[in-house]
Amino acid sequence: MKTFISRGEPQVWLTAAALTTTLLMGLTLIVVVMINGLGAFWPSRLVELELQGGQKVLGELLRREPLPDHSGMRQQFKVGNRDLYGMDFRWVDEKQVIGRQWPQQAITVERSEYGHFFGFLKQVVVPQPEQVFDAGDSPWQQLASARKAVAALQDKLDEVMSQINSVNYALEKEQDRLLRFDYQGVSGEDPQRLAVKAEIESLKAEFAQLVRQQRQQQGQLTGYYAQFEDVNGRTKRIELDGIVRCYPSNELSLVGRCGIYASKLWELLSGEPRESNTEGGLFPAIFGTVLLVFVMSLFSFPLGVIAAVYLREYAGDGLMVRLVRIAVNNLAGIPSIVYGIFGLGFFVYGIGSGIDQLFFPERLPTPTFGTGGLLWASLTLALLTVPVVIVTTEEALGAIPGGIREGSLALGSTRFQTLTRILLPMASPGIMTGLILSMARAAGEVAPLMITGVVKLAPALPLDGQFPFFHLERKFMHLGFHIYDIGFQSPNVEAARPMVFVTTLLLVLIVLLMSGVAIRLRNRMKKKYTFGTF
Amino acid sequence: MKNTIDPLSDPAIEVEHLNFYYGSSQALFDLNLKFARRQVTALIGPSGCGKSTFLRCLNRMNDLVDVARMEGSIRLDGTEINSNALDVIELRRRVGMVFQKSNPFPKSIYENVIYGLRIAGIKDKAVLDETVERSLKGAALWDEVKDRLHESALGMSGGQMQRLCIARAIAVNPEVILMDEPCSALDPKSTARVEDLIKELRDQYTIIIVTHNMQQAARVSDYTAFFFEGLLIEFGKTGELFVKPRNKQTEDYITGRFG
Repeated sequence: MKTFISRGEPQVWLTAAALTTTLLMGLTLIVVVMINGLGAFWPSRLVELELQGGQKVLGELLRREPLPDHSGMRQQFKVGNRDLYGMDFRWVDEKQVIGRQWPQQAITVERSEYGHFFGFLKQVVVPQPEQVFDAGDSPWQQLASARKAVAALQDKLDEVMSQINSVNYALEKEQDRLLRFDYQGVSGEDPQRLAVKAEIESLKAEFAQLVRQQRQQQGQLTGYYAQFEDVNGRTKRIELDGIVRCYPSNELSLVGRCGIYASKLWELLSGEPRESNTEGGLFPAIFGTVLLVFVMSLFSFPLGVIAAVYLREYAGDGLMVRLVRIAVNNLAGIPSIVYGIFGLGFFVYGIGSGIDQLFFPERLPTPTFGTGGLLWASLTLALLTVPVVIVTTEEALGAIPGGIREGSLALGSTRFQTLTRILLPMASPGIMTGLILSMARAAGEVAPLMITGVVKLAPALPLDGQFPFFHLERKFMHLGFHIYDIGFQSPNVEAARPMVFVTTLLLVLIVLLMSGVAIRLRNRMKKKYTFGTF
Repeated sequence: MKNTIDPLSDPAIEVEHLNFYYGSSQALFDLNLKFARRQVTALIGPSGCGKSTFLRCLNRMNDLVDVARMEGSIRLDGTEINSNALDVIELRRRVGMVFQKSNPFPKSIYENVIYGLRIAGIKDKAVLDETVERSLKGAALWDEVKDRLHESALGMSGGQMQRLCIARAIAVNPEVILMDEPCSALDPKSTARVEDLIKELRDQYTIIIVTHNMQQAARVSDYTAFFFEGLLIEFGKTGELFVKPRNKQTEDYITGRFG
C-alpha cells in the first residue's frame, strides 16, 4: 500500500478519473440529444386502445412510467386531434385497458394548424364538378390525386403571394420617398412628388388586383376537402390545403417510413416554422445563426488581430501595456448579458438612433436602425469575442522565435514587411484557433441576442432578393433563442419537446461544422508554414 | 599578407570612441578600431564581454532594444552609421548578418534566398533565379539543394540551414557580413564546411565574426580583436596576436587560463 501511494498511482488515477468524468458528461449530453433529436421524426405506429366503459384511444405511444401512487403503470399517448379533444397528449392507466390493436386503416394527418390528426378517412370531395368519393371509391387514391391538384393550385397561390410581397415592398419604398418629401417640405405640386404619388396609386391598384386574384384562387382551394373520423366516430372535415403530410401509419413499409423521415428532415432544414414554432422548418433560424456568426467574425477577426499585433509587436512592455493586457484577458470573463445591455445602450440606442436621425428622419418615430437587428447583435457578439481573438493572436505571435524577426530585419525589411510576410503567416494557425473559439462562443450565445435583435418569428430573412440584398437592420431568428423559446415559452411544451431536441442537435451540428471547416483551414496553414512544401 | 600596402589604411568600417549603454549600465567603453576591407576580423572574448553587442551596433540591430543608447562614431565607407538621418533599411542591405542560431523562414529554400530581393520589390524572375543560383553556389549549398529549391527550408539539416542563412545574406550583395558565432550550434563537420565558406567569401566581402572558438578564430581570420568587460583589450593581425600577445589578459584568455 505504501509503495502504491509512493509510486504516485492514486494521483494518476485521479487525473484519469477527472478526464473520464468530463468525457462521460459530454458524451451523455450528446447521446441524449442525438437519441431524442434523431428519433423525433420517425413515424411511429398508431395503437388503438379499448378502455373500460367502451371509450377508445388512438395514438402514438410515447412513454410508460409508474403511477404516482405506485399501484401500477401508466402510458402516455400522443392522441393529436387538438381541435376535438383540446389536448394532444393523454395518460392512460394500464389497468383500464381491455383491448389493444393496430388498425390497418389508421391515418396520420399532419396539418398546418391544430397539430396532428389521427383517425380514419371516410370521404374525399373534389369541386368543379363536385364529386364525392366514399368508401367504395378507394378514397385513399382519390385523396392523393386531389392533393396533387391542390399542390398545383398552392404553387400558383405562392407565386401571387410573392408578387404581392414585392409590390408591397415597392409601395413601402415609395411611401418612404413621399415621407421624405414631406419632411423636406417639398410642395404638393412638385413634379417629383406628383410622380411618386402617381407611382403609389398605380402600385396600390396592382396590389388590389393581386389580392383579388389571391382571393379567387383561395376560393378554388376551399372546394377540396376530406371527411375524417376519429376513433370514437366523431367526424372532422379537413381542407386539403391544410394538410402538410398524411400517411397510413400502420401500413407503411420501412422504405416508406424512411421517405417520410427524409421529407420531414428536409422540411426542417429548408422550411418555415409553423404552429408557433413547434412544427415545421428551422431554415430562418439556421440562416440567422450562420449569418450572425459570419458577420460577427467579419468585425471581431480583423479588429482582434490588429489590436493583438499592436499589443505584441509595437507596444513595448511598460506597466500600461501590462494593465491593458490584463484588462483584455478579463474582458472575456464579463457575463454576456452585460455585453447585451451595453450593445442595446450603445449600438441600438446610441449609434442606431443617431443613424436614424441622420439618414431616416422622415420615418421617425418608427425606428429603422434604432431598434434591435442583425447588425447590432453581430457587433455586440464581436465585442464579446474580440478578447478571445486578441489573446490567441498575441500568444501565437509571441510563440515565434525572436531570431526569425531579427533575421528578417537584418535583411533590410521594415517591421511592417516582417509582420505581413513572416509573422502573420507563421501565426495564422494560432489566429485561426482564436477564430474557431470565438465562433463557437458566438454561435452558442443567447442572452445578449435577446435584447439586441433576436425574435421568435422574423417576417423576412436578413438576406433576400430585394435591393440592397443585405438587410442587416432586420430582426432575425436564432437556433439558441429558438431552443429557449419553444422549450420554455411555448404554450404547448409537450408538443414542442421533440423540436427542442432537434433544434439543439442542429445547433451543435452547425457549431461543429463551422469549427470543422476552420480546423481544416488551420491544419492546412500549419502544414504550409511549418513543414510542408509550397 | 601578400601585398605590402597595409589593408587598414583603407578600412571598410571605422569605429571611433564608441560607447554603448543598456539603460543606465554601460556595455561598451570607448572603442576604437578599424575593419580591413575584404578581410576576416574575428572578435573574441569571454561571454558577456560585449562582442555581440558591438557586432549589433554595426547594423543598428540594437535599435530594436528600447533602452539601448549608442554614442560615438561608426563610419561605413565614410558614411556615418550612428545618425538619425541614416536609412537603417539601406544600412542593413549593405551590412548583412548571420546569427548564432540558424533562422530560416518557414518558406521554401528558394523564397528564403530571395527574401531580401522580394522585400526590395524585385519581381523579375530571371534576376531572382540567377540570384538564387549565385547565392547558393556562393554558400556552397547549390549542389545539395538544387533539386529541391521549392521544398520547405525547415526540412534541411542544421549545417545546411546555417549555410542557407549565409546564402540569404549574400543574395542582397552586401559589403560587410556580420557573423554572430555562426558555428556554435553545428557539429564539427558542418563547422568545417562553414569555415571553408568563410575563407572563400573573404575575396568578395568584409567579414566580421564573433566566436568563442579560439582555433576557429586562428583558422579563419586575418585580424583579431580581443574584448574584455566592454573594453577592447588588444587588436592585431591574427598571426601576431595569437603567437605573441602584447597584453597579459589576452595571453591568459587565448591560452585558456580563463574565459
